[in-house]
Amino acid sequence: MKYIEPHIHMVTRTTDDYQQMAEAGVVAVTEPAFWAGFDRCSAQGFSDYFRHLTIFEPRRAALFGIEHYSWVCLNPKEAEDLVLAKEVLSLLPEFLRADNCLGIGEIGLNKNSRNELKVFEDHVQLAADLNQLILIHTPHLEDKYKGTRLIVDVLRRHSAIEPSRVIIDHMEEHTAPLVLDHGFWAGMTLYPQTKCTPARAVDILEMFGTENVWLNSAADWGVSDPLAIAKAQIEMRKRGHSEAAIRKIVLENPIRFLSQNPKFRAPESA
Amino acid sequence: MTTPTCSPLTRKKLVDLYFLEMRAKLLDISAFLDRLDRAHDAQTAARDFRVDAMRQAFQELVSDNPGRTARIQMRLSDPTTDPIPDAMGLKGATGAYAPECYTPRREAGR
Repeated sequence: MKYIEPHIHMVTRTTDDYQQMAEAGVVAVTEPAFWAGFDRCSAQGFSDYFRHLTIFEPRRAALFGIEHYSWVCLNPKEAEDLVLAKEVLSLLPEFLRADNCLGIGEIGLNKNSRNELKVFEDHVQLAADLNQLILIHTPHLEDKYKGTRLIVDVLRRHSAIEPSRVIIDHMEEHTAPLVLDHGFWAGMTLYPQTKCTPARAVDILEMFGTENVWLNSAADWGVSDPLAIAKAQIEMRKRGHSEAAIRKIVLENPIRFLSQNPKFRAPESA
Repeated sequence: MTTPTCSPLTRKKLVDLYFLEMRAKLLDISAFLDRLDRAHDAQTAARDFRVDAMRQAFQELVSDNPGRTARIQMRLSDPTTDPIPDAMGLKGATGAYAPECYTPRREAGR
């Protein structure tokens, strides 16, 4: 089945991954900006990274017939330095004009600090000013519930933010109501240990429904799996879900959200 | 806003499908606890908040009420509501909450 991988960090992955993803059915990927595994020394480091996301990676993906889209931002793990954050935010409008750039992301919180929250609010304001889609990272493990609640509070207080143009990612059992009940889109990340297994992701779909939800691997340089969505499809079949239900989650829902930016071109066969 | 569905499979089929996998995971957890008991400093080591949190979470496994996973997630979550003052040098998460894990580490910053 053709599908979209809506959250993956291809700058960290090998060309073999592109090959295997294409063979598994991936027709498009979207790649949010994230932490490199170390703190960058200057805004110039981010500028180079954004060029990578908007120029080089689309060419590499195209070799395998995969459309590549990106999101740009300063990620929350580097948000303690407010001076750096301001410099990086000033770069974003230029890169948001790139042909493959769909919006601002993945912004959000990591340890739920005051500076992280300030930088998150600044990104949200920029998205509102430039009418951009938003892709949000929610914190890991013990920090997720508190962070998701703080994020939702900021978004709901902002009069110019439409929940239907925001996807809040890395949702799990305890944060699903916070996200979905307020009209936001939700992403479920399939990580072997620290997020959802395919079985739990399907449980969450059964509990909360299939509207405004997508699956992603968020594969990066850590323990992660760029074919995780293909494995979740197998899990859904094993659990008796229809091909139409699977297609909705892995293809139609991502198309519906991403098409809110006219730069996104739905796969021809979708 | 959400439209929940039930599982298309019967309870019997779900058990057939998952029991052996869950049995293996149950044994993995018990083996982990036994492993801790065999640590060479098992008698003198300080308590670990992560293991304590896990033991607390076990209570949900024997509950008859649905929603066990979300309740375990909450037992393992930071219960506070205000942003922390400073996250300099803090990046990762431990999987369970302890206030001492939120002390900034200046030397680890840029």
